[in-house]
Amino acid sequence: MSNHAEILIIDDEPQIRKLLTITLQSNDYNIREASTAREGLLSAANHPPEMILLDLGLPDESGHMVLEKLREWYTKPIIILSVQSNEEDIVKALDNGANDYLVKPFRTGELLARMRSLLRSSSSESEHPVITIQDIQIDLSLRLVKKNDEPVKLTATEYNLLALLIKNEGKVLTHQFLLRTIWGPSYIDQSQYLRVFIAQLRKKIEDDLNNPLHIITESGIGYRFV
Amino acid sequence: MLNFLLHKFSKRKQYVISVSLILCVAAISYALSDFIEYKVVAFLLLVTVSLIAMLFDIVPVLVAAFLSAIVWNYFFIPPRFTFAIQSTENVLLFLMYFIIAMVNGGLTYKIRETEKKANKKTEKENTLKLYNTLLNSLSHELRTPISTIIGATDTLQEENHKLTEENRSELISEISKASLRLNRQVGNLLNMSRLESGFLQPKTDWCDISELVYDVINQLKDTLQNKPVEVSIKENMPLFKLDYGLLEQVLHNLIHNAAVYIPKYAVITVRATVNKDQKLVIIVEDTGNGFPENEIDSVFEKFYRLKSTNPGGTGLGLSIVKGFVEAMHGTVRLENGEEYGSKFTIEIPAEIAYLNDIKNE
Repeated sequence: MSNHAEILIIDDEPQIRKLLTITLQSNDYNIREASTAREGLLSAANHPPEMILLDLGLPDESGHMVLEKLREWYTKPIIILSVQSNEEDIVKALDNGANDYLVKPFRTGELLARMRSLLRSSSSESEHPVITIQDIQIDLSLRLVKKNDEPVKLTATEYNLLALLIKNEGKVLTHQFLLRTIWGPSYIDQSQYLRVFIAQLRKKIEDDLNNPLHIITESGIGYRFV
Repeated sequence: MLNFLLHKFSKRKQYVISVSLILCVAAISYALSDFIEYKVVAFLLLVTVSLIAMLFDIVPVLVAAFLSAIVWNYFFIPPRFTFAIQSTENVLLFLMYFIIAMVNGGLTYKIRETEKKANKKTEKENTLKLYNTLLNSLSHELRTPISTIIGATDTLQEENHKLTEENRSELISEISKASLRLNRQVGNLLNMSRLESGFLQPKTDWCDISELVYDVINQLKDTLQNKPVEVSIKENMPLFKLDYGLLEQVLHNLIHNAAVYIPKYAVITVRATVNKDQKLVIIVEDTGNGFPENEIDSVFEKFYRLKSTNPGGTGLGLSIVKGFVEAMHGTVRLENGEEYGSKFTIEIPAEIAYLNDIKNE
């Protein structure tokens, strides 16, 4: 895995920038900083980084706007940083193309894990039909899921849901996105289906149902597979 | 109550009501005019004007006063059914009535205004008192972790070679604990202000209650060391349409509270069921010391802290529990166990969906 990846931090708080810079530099990332939306957009355009950490509360322009402008041409991962755990705000950012989000204050370990996972998935774009994540293995061409090398019996919907989650490993998928993709646009408000199928999937692939390690709930937002 | 009446009636209604009240009293007096003298009628009308003045704005009151004078003159002062007054005494009486009715109406209204101002002042004083309590408990709750952080970083920054590696890492872990504690308190305050603003609108969505309970227990892993939590939720528990975030905070506060106050190795039990009214029932019990009986009613009050507990805590946790549960139209109850421990019971009405119905579709 390629470290030394270049990361652009767009955040107006010098303390947060400093903390992130030190943390990331000591984990072998190269850092560029920007304190305003304008500066950030310029810096990203001049020399596109491997990943952008974007604060939603910028002084000159809303982070949502910056995200939209970046997404017009920038395809690499963007992680949103926000002080508010406002679910609507986060869902909006994710639907506008953010790959992940962290609510301040966040734990450094969490940030590094999310970054690693996003950098990995963006570098291994090649459509490899077999994906292995710890004890779970999925063969997308054979539509086969194995846990500890034992085949897992799944219904068609269960398989589709799991495959979608695994293909986006590490990324939060919002409830609306999952419902729309698996069940269709008319099911967007029918989140009870999602709850039931997630519960079913957990029963089949998690060791401890009450302490799930693979399908993680992001309360009020969605699910992520790790 | 008076204020309530005042805000309830529109200007137009106030006119209609005050005029009809005067006419009503006049009609009754007219029917009884064989038994009561016209001077007594004047008195009855005056009382009516005063009543109106207690309830309504100044203009309708003056209109009522004026009208009552006219009515009294026309229907009651002899000779009746004319505006003319013959005896000088009656002219004097009428003028006096007119002035007294007007002044009475005006004065009563003014007294009311002053009262309103006084009420506003006491209200302000109460808010101030609340803020003072808040500031007192806050300055303790926030300053303790802040002092820890400042003190620890000072020691770490000093070029002190006597500081052992063990102590160094202990200081760092204290900083970490202190900042988590600060974060918790800020969260509590934000929740409190959400409640105080009065605009707390639950955002409902289907919730898997057992997922929620285990989620909260996982969040509290560090606090719950040596304090086992038993969970009892039936396999066939339905989904409930609820605000996940609010319920999460409610359970978080209840379990955190239990974890902080019960002695080591006491057990916390969380149970969730559907009752016969199809409401969600969540019970958080512990085998600790329970609450003093005489303080049970007060524990949900803002800033209330048990008299026997050590300082620390803002006394906001349980009032947030109550506020959030009530925002979801539910109830929360506290009682002590028969032998030991305490028991919080939450009941929340919600739409229900059974898993089996969905699975078979």
